[in-house]
Amino acid sequence: MPERVARRTWPVHVVLVVGALIMVAPLLWEFLTSVKSFGESVRVPPTILPETWDWSNYTKVFDSIPFGQQLLNTVLMTAGRTAGQLLLCSMAAYAFARLAFPGRDLIFMLFLSVLMVPSQLFLIPQYQIMQELGWLNSLQALIVPGVFSAFGTFLLRQFFLSLPKDLEEAAGLDGANPLRIYWHIMLPLARPGLVALGILTVLWSWNDLMWPLVVNNDPEQMTLSAGLATLKGEHFTDYPVLMAGSLLATLPVIVVFIAMQRRVLEGIAFTGTKG
Amino acid sequence: MTTLEEVPVAAPQRAVAGRPVRRRLRRREWLWGLAFIAPNGLGLLAFYIWPVFQTLYYSFTEWGAFGGHTWVGAENYVKLLSDPEVVKALKNTLLYAGLVLLGVPVSLVLAALINTPGLRGAAVYRVLYFLPVVTMPAAVGMVWRWLYNGDIGLINHVLSLAGVEGHHWVADPRFALYATAVVGIWMTVGYNMVIFAAGLKGIPKDLYEAAELDGAGPIRQFFGITLPMLSPTAFFVTVLTSIGALQVFDVIYLMLGSNSAALRNPAIDENQTIVFLFFERAFVDNDKGYAAAIAFVLLLVILLLTIVQFRAQKRWVHYA
Repeated sequence: MPERVARRTWPVHVVLVVGALIMVAPLLWEFLTSVKSFGESVRVPPTILPETWDWSNYTKVFDSIPFGQQLLNTVLMTAGRTAGQLLLCSMAAYAFARLAFPGRDLIFMLFLSVLMVPSQLFLIPQYQIMQELGWLNSLQALIVPGVFSAFGTFLLRQFFLSLPKDLEEAAGLDGANPLRIYWHIMLPLARPGLVALGILTVLWSWNDLMWPLVVNNDPEQMTLSAGLATLKGEHFTDYPVLMAGSLLATLPVIVVFIAMQRRVLEGIAFTGTKG
Repeated sequence: MTTLEEVPVAAPQRAVAGRPVRRRLRRREWLWGLAFIAPNGLGLLAFYIWPVFQTLYYSFTEWGAFGGHTWVGAENYVKLLSDPEVVKALKNTLLYAGLVLLGVPVSLVLAALINTPGLRGAAVYRVLYFLPVVTMPAAVGMVWRWLYNGDIGLINHVLSLAGVEGHHWVADPRFALYATAVVGIWMTVGYNMVIFAAGLKGIPKDLYEAAELDGAGPIRQFFGITLPMLSPTAFFVTVLTSIGALQVFDVIYLMLGSNSAALRNPAIDENQTIVFLFFERAFVDNDKGYAAAIAFVLLLVILLLTIVQFRAQKRWVHYA
């Protein structure tokens, strides 16, 4: 039996390996370029493996853009948005899933409608709010609008609805109020859902481009995504350094993804089947 | 709203000892519900819901160079219809979305392959195919520009080995949008594959066993069972991919954009998409009234195409 299976699966492996090469090759090329000297990187025909492994490009990144500061901004933005969404979305989701009050379904529809509107429809007023608050070029501008989320509320509501009711009903009979039930019973039960939303929010915030580009144009206040985008190899054509910077900027999320791959893929699948 | 709450106790003869307590709880639950929803709800209202109406208002205004705006009625929309730049951008956006949709059947086939019973290393494949999804678009744009480079790019080098003459892929108006769409597909295939794989898990195994008994091979099983059973997932993926592709900005900005007017990529004017045009009008030219109108045109296009897709699904989507 195992022999038959092995014989049957080898054509599948051939197709999947070719596909995987296409998926990985650009990232591999990015890495190989990042450890070449500038002279070698522009040579025709190109060398595949670097003649001399030049790691200095990784230190040069820090001279070309305020990389450390932008990394910090990105970390703080991602952490702020994620923490905010986990708290606010789980609260709203709990109310939508478990509490009865007039107008609930109407308000939920209003939440859902936000999901269907392309983000360009709120971008201009959002920018103006930041301007009026004097928040342009600030950390708050990066974080605050991203703390509120219709998607997160929807995702967690679906999750809360799938949980059994016995525990909270028992607690309700014991006189626990909704806040205690939410905090001590629902949140611990909802951990897988919270982890899924947390991972998705981290990925999206880290990679977000348009909003950071719009609100913060001072290099010291930019995120890595925006900082790299403004380099873009126009005035600055030292490709090995650009590749080194890109890889460094994207490495944290790749590490998070590989470390938590099962959770990430389950989270994506969950949004796909329940969304 | 209070009347709803009062109705049960309006019949005093049926009131029992527990009733007033229950009623108080109900009213408290009402307050709790609002309190739980308020933080997120007010934020959404201020940053997302109200801004849509504000943008609608802006779309009927003209913005001066020094701030301030005046009501101009439908002028922006009239101008839009005959603006060759907008028409071009709309065409480009639709073409781009159409090209990226070609990745959907690819994701489906990949998901089916990875789901092959007894396949070793499926988890490794899943991770590798998903890597482009989590990679920062700014990094993706950087490396693909480099790969596409007309003089020293790896792609042209590989093509020259095969005796094919390369082009300046992202600087040539004829190719730039296609080159960008390839990256768009590369970035979304893994995501859609994971959603398809989840759909595949929901197909009952005995269907395949029955087909096997009837002597159907893997190809016939794919077209006879997998495809129809997966059509609701395929519909969902198609709708979501279209909506995402119609809003494309990152890859266009990163691969075709430039930071100064002097170094403007000759391909951008011919290949810009609606959201790129919106971004330039709103935040580079400060023509926010016109940009707002462009955003509403985009909303209209997305709505229309989504409605068309929902109507067409009756023809090809099988709900079990």
